[in-house]
Amino acid sequence: MKIDIKHVAKLANLKLNPDEEKKFEKQLSDILNYIDKLNEVDTKNVEPTAQVTGLVNVGRTDDQTQPCLNAQEALKNAKSQHNGLFKVKAILEKE
Amino acid sequence: MKNINHKPIIGLEIHVELNTKTKMFCRCPAKYFGEEPNTYTCPVCLGLPGALPYPNKTANEYCVMIALALQCKITDFSYFERKNYFYPDLPKGYQISQYINPFGIDGYLNIKSSAQDSKRIRIRRVHMEEDTAKLIHPSGNQDEHSYIDFNRSGVPLVEIVTEPDIASAEEAKIFLTKLQRIIRYLGVSDADMEKGNMRLEPNISLRELTTENIKLDTEKLPNYKVEVKNINSFRFVEKAINYEIERQMKILEKGEIPVQETRGWDDIKNKTVSQRIKEEAHDYRYFPEPDIPPIKIDKTYVEKIKEKIPELPDEKIQRFAKEYLLSFYDSEILAREKQTADYFEEGVIIGLKESITPKQIANRMINDKTFNPETTLPAQLIEEMLLLKKDILEVITDEDKKKIETVIKENPQAAEAYGNGKMQVIGFLIGAVNKKLQGKKINPQLIKNTLEMLLKK
Amino acid sequence: MNIEELTIEKVLDGYRNKKFSITEIIQVYFERIKKYNPQINSFITLCEEEALQEAKRKDELLKNEGVSLPLFGIPMGLKDLFSTKDIKTTASSEVLEDYTPPYDSTVVQRLKDAGAIILGKLNCDAWAHGSSGENSDFGPTKNPWNKEYVPGGSSSGSAASVAASFVLAATGTDTGGSIRLPASFTNTVGLKPTYGRVSRYGVIAMASSLDSIGHFTKTVRDNALILNITAGNDMFDATTSQNPVPNYLENLNKGIKGLKIGIPKEYTTKEKGMELDVLLTFENAIKKLNKLGAEIIEISLPHTEYSIACYYIIQPSEVSSNLARYDGIRFGNDRSYFGDEAKRRIMLGTYTLSAGYYDAYYKKAMQARTLIKQNFDKVFDASNGVDAIIAPVSPTLPWKLGEKVNDPLKMYLSDVFTVTANLAGIPGLSVPAGFAKELPVGIQILGPHFSEELLFRIGFAFEQETEFYKSNPKL
Repeated sequence: MKIDIKHVAKLANLKLNPDEEKKFEKQLSDILNYIDKLNEVDTKNVEPTAQVTGLVNVGRTDDQTQPCLNAQEALKNAKSQHNGLFKVKAILEKE
Repeated sequence: MKNINHKPIIGLEIHVELNTKTKMFCRCPAKYFGEEPNTYTCPVCLGLPGALPYPNKTANEYCVMIALALQCKITDFSYFERKNYFYPDLPKGYQISQYINPFGIDGYLNIKSSAQDSKRIRIRRVHMEEDTAKLIHPSGNQDEHSYIDFNRSGVPLVEIVTEPDIASAEEAKIFLTKLQRIIRYLGVSDADMEKGNMRLEPNISLRELTTENIKLDTEKLPNYKVEVKNINSFRFVEKAINYEIERQMKILEKGEIPVQETRGWDDIKNKTVSQRIKEEAHDYRYFPEPDIPPIKIDKTYVEKIKEKIPELPDEKIQRFAKEYLLSFYDSEILAREKQTADYFEEGVIIGLKESITPKQIANRMINDKTFNPETTLPAQLIEEMLLLKKDILEVITDEDKKKIETVIKENPQAAEAYGNGKMQVIGFLIGAVNKKLQGKKINPQLIKNTLEMLLKK
Repeated sequence: MNIEELTIEKVLDGYRNKKFSITEIIQVYFERIKKYNPQINSFITLCEEEALQEAKRKDELLKNEGVSLPLFGIPMGLKDLFSTKDIKTTASSEVLEDYTPPYDSTVVQRLKDAGAIILGKLNCDAWAHGSSGENSDFGPTKNPWNKEYVPGGSSSGSAASVAASFVLAATGTDTGGSIRLPASFTNTVGLKPTYGRVSRYGVIAMASSLDSIGHFTKTVRDNALILNITAGNDMFDATTSQNPVPNYLENLNKGIKGLKIGIPKEYTTKEKGMELDVLLTFENAIKKLNKLGAEIIEISLPHTEYSIACYYIIQPSEVSSNLARYDGIRFGNDRSYFGDEAKRRIMLGTYTLSAGYYDAYYKKAMQARTLIKQNFDKVFDASNGVDAIIAPVSPTLPWKLGEKVNDPLKMYLSDVFTVTANLAGIPGLSVPAGFAKELPVGIQILGPHFSEELLFRIGFAFEQETEFYKSNPKL
């Protein structure tokens, strides 16, 4: 199995140097080769299992708000902040 | 229209923030508008390590309600999925949304435009998701930073997607106005464009009509699509669509194909501007949200929600016209806002006893420029109309004026309240004056004017 | 008082009988930690000041009210995946080297409410990615039984701390064996509860549909005591069950006479890299259980062979999404601080979820998961199935530090006997089963969903018969 490591790293928001690219490409290909073992299993007409609890319709009523963090608590772990706001490098206008 | 051989193909994606008390997946207040930044957050909506979503059932109900009001089929099984992408306004690196199984699919909304008396705009899907944080980009200065306020993060958001059935800016505006009214009738959102709790993204392309494909009108879509963002009023949506139609037509006429991209509406320059070339289809890597059990929807649940849906504008207009013998035009005006329609019907019930017809009430409400539902209760309106109906004098004598002065003296609290801006007390004072006049009927408007003049002294 | 012989039970008795004060106990433990932790490296954050203050406060309470809570004054450690308000929580990764949560995870809150005293945060494989404890950005944890060997992972610091008598109990997480494997490697009792039995809220997520929140103790009774506190529905974790929580101590010594215990033949074959020492220990355990009156039945879990492949699609897929929030904006460092293993799993999961591959990988794995779960449903069938299963935890004995670090796939394969329980969501209890080459070996007892009470019963009977818990490592 050949994996396009550059594309995957970009999707994953990870920056790799050329050495890492090479190393991970090899390791991930090995793992994928092993995983291909799963193709031996006949899964025709088998329902997928995403969760094992059997629970459905779990939710809460909308009646009670709970105390929020104050701005200081919310921001205390941020590396960069300004006037009660989180600060990041300028981003292209998206909206 | 100028584009004789180009047909606009327009689809809309509409996001509506629900007015629930709490956010979609946590118990922070959802009404964040105008609050200090980053004061309505918790570990969940900040996406802190270890935090988990706990869904708001009321928001799901509201979403199903919107889907039902748009004639959608409601799925009997659904689950949330994670839409994975990186952006600083998305704290978890994924948005909890619905993908394979939206609550509603295959609905429609009929509209009426100048071109067509009835046109059906199909609704592709209505689904539940969560809002992102608000990004603030300081404009015009040297600041090379963006700022983030997470108060909006996790507010329940309903996404409504239409099929590309809209053919003009006018149709888009009519559709949106109608949609906004329905949502307000349902009471599930303020649907206020300026506050951002209703947001639209039209996607626009043009199909060249040749003699061959003119018959296949709805079949083949153009091979490009331009999405316009950053539109915060219905007026701008019209302008933006018209601008895009012109722009794309010019490109097509040159024999070129417009670039598939996202553009932003610039309301200062009055034009759309390219934002970024759309990357080859985003890869959102959707998969079922493991933190939230799936949702089963049975008939009883749907029936219960159906019961909560009030009579919607279209039905109301029809009924007003039929039941109260009003013109379509009058019915439409009265049904625009639910409060106005309810006011009218309350008046009708009272008026019935006094042989005042619905038509008379409608006329008064629509045509009388002094009519203000905020200061006049329906009963007062009927009373005023009754006085008008009887033999009413249009003159105020000096004697009458003295009586009015006496009323003011006898009711110092009311006079003071009026002075403090409590305009409603005028109704009470008019009543007192009428009593003092001992059966003499004077046009209440005249009494009101005199009262106001004297009170302002 | 010999600190190595203490259990929660004994300490509570000591408080009741005024043999020692809470402050004395907490001080003794800190002395021991400070003396030996440099060799073991199981603690990465110490909360000495807070713990001693709490001990002092509790000593006052002790005078007035006696022992009023089930874990009153019990010294505990927390895997550094559990969010603790105002105490650094790192997941043993440099990404979070200076992150201090503004909230407590539900389990931590419940333990504190039950009277436990937190001594500090425990080392683990970064983000719980690993089977050896070597993948920590703050250095590997050593096995107290032999410091040249791994203690097993990912809850390495938790297992090592209990084995080294640094704490009486420690929390852990088990996504593919991360509690049972280190328990087995350190002669401790480790519980992976039923998925949804214990709240995940506030515990840094690895793979959300597999993560199980459990704990380590020296004895089965102590283990049951902790589950009494941590189990139950949580209004902050939508996947927790509303099933009532029994008193797990109540039926502990009912014995196992007449119970049907299954031995999966797929877990005992010599071909699959199974070491003879492990097999021999396991066979001895079967004999003991038989002697105690259990009926031993060979069973088959035919899809076991595919469990690692299935697991290594589902788990990295969820990991890739769960680690997306670490962008360095609201907390922590940016994504360049991730270690190799996290990067590998993020990319593997990104790949298996990406357009064009989802059906071949993720969907296929979800279908295989159904089959693996059905295997268990069948053997636990109420009418003619077994009551529980026993199996080896790991095909091998603890390995030497460094032995597998350069071969990720080989490391992954050590989870072969543990991942099935996570895929099926069933509970598993790892209990000491003896020693080979002076290294501990455990067995795991598996049961149907919500059968923890039964697992404790079997574990307790086995423990009373074998008494391996009485052995302690020489530090």
